[in-house]
Amino acid sequence: MNALRELWQSLTDSLEKLGSVIQFLLRLIVNSPRALMRFDLISQQIFNSGALSLVIIMLSGLFVGMVLGIQGYELLQRFGSEEALGEAAAIGLVKELGPVVTALLFAGRAGTALASELGLMRATDQISAMEMMAVDPIQRVVVPRFLGGVIAMPLLAAIFSVIGIYGAQLVGVQFMGVDAGSFWSQMRASVTLADVNEGIVKSLIFGVACSLIAVYQGYYATPTAEGVGRATTYTVVTSAVVILFLDYLITAAFL
Amino acid sequence: MGKSRTLNLGTGTFVLLGFAALFFLTTQTTSRGLPFMSPPHYDLTAKFDNVGDLKVGSPVSMSGVEIGRVTKIDFDESDFKAVVVLRINAKYSQIPTDSDASIYTQGLLGGKFIGLTAGGADTYLKDKDQIDFTQSAFVLENLIGQVLANFTKSKADAPAADAAPAPAPADSKAAGKPKAAEKTK
Repeated sequence: MNALRELWQSLTDSLEKLGSVIQFLLRLIVNSPRALMRFDLISQQIFNSGALSLVIIMLSGLFVGMVLGIQGYELLQRFGSEEALGEAAAIGLVKELGPVVTALLFAGRAGTALASELGLMRATDQISAMEMMAVDPIQRVVVPRFLGGVIAMPLLAAIFSVIGIYGAQLVGVQFMGVDAGSFWSQMRASVTLADVNEGIVKSLIFGVACSLIAVYQGYYATPTAEGVGRATTYTVVTSAVVILFLDYLITAAFL
Repeated sequence: MGKSRTLNLGTGTFVLLGFAALFFLTTQTTSRGLPFMSPPHYDLTAKFDNVGDLKVGSPVSMSGVEIGRVTKIDFDESDFKAVVVLRINAKYSQIPTDSDASIYTQGLLGGKFIGLTAGGADTYLKDKDQIDFTQSAFVLENLIGQVLANFTKSKADAPAADAAPAPAPADSKAAGKPKAAEKTK
């Protein structure tokens, strides 16, 4: 009986949490148009979450592409169709690996930075101070960070995919000797605009999810050193699970 | 002031790089160029009994060189044939009127493409002209069916036994197969 009650308790707790996250998202959306008026704040956040994540995104993209090149070549060569390497690598990167790996790296690089920054602002009473001065912290601090992440994510994913395709080309064409012409022409013949669109839609949705989780965890962090640490950890864990879950949903919806 | 300048520079570079990447993905990895980038071209039509899995966007080639793409595949109810519209690059304007169009397969299981073989006429195909000599797609199942039928009919027959491993050989032979299938009828 007790176990049942605990189960019920945890169920209602998680529903309550979900509700408050969605309410927070609505608050962010309502405040977005006015935050767009001060674009310098958003631009600074695009720099923080986007430009500063560029190095890790590009390096990871290169290596993911190179691994795809080796593995794809190994597999396709068994069927004597190693020319399809370009097609396999491009579709894999544009539709799946680009958006998903970028989002996971984003959660680790930019999401944690957002969460700990906001958590420390909360812990050091900066957010309360803003409220005292009648400055809405949601609009001044949270919304620019959220929008910066949403804008940065699709751009990062596109950069990741392009670098990845060149990584696969490097391994496939330069090291393994696949013909460069058929590598590109098979890719062009089989990748459609719908594939590229699917990748863009995915990374936009992941951008909203990752940024929302990060700013929510940071904004509502327990104002202690431990609380900020926990907010950072939860940001990464929740983002990773939510990204993979959403990825399944979106892929199923697109097929 | 100096700090905000580097910041804006970084943001600008990042956004520019991101949009360049998006542009690359839409134009370079897909077969779709931008409308204003498409070269001058003219359209030809050809009727086939069976187009197999030819798709819009499949290449049209001549002597192995890509000279255009398939832009439309339709079905003509008056004579129950597939009507294929070929968009040919205007650079290649001297294709004889009696040229023939065949549907080939890239590799053993690859996509289909249309190969044009030049005829000997002195007049050339113009916009909206129709190619009269066509050969349908080579459908692997039909060939296997025919081979099996021949096989059961006469086991002693040499050519039938010869044709039995037909699905196995690689690309270079696949293009020649439809003619072989035609002859066995």
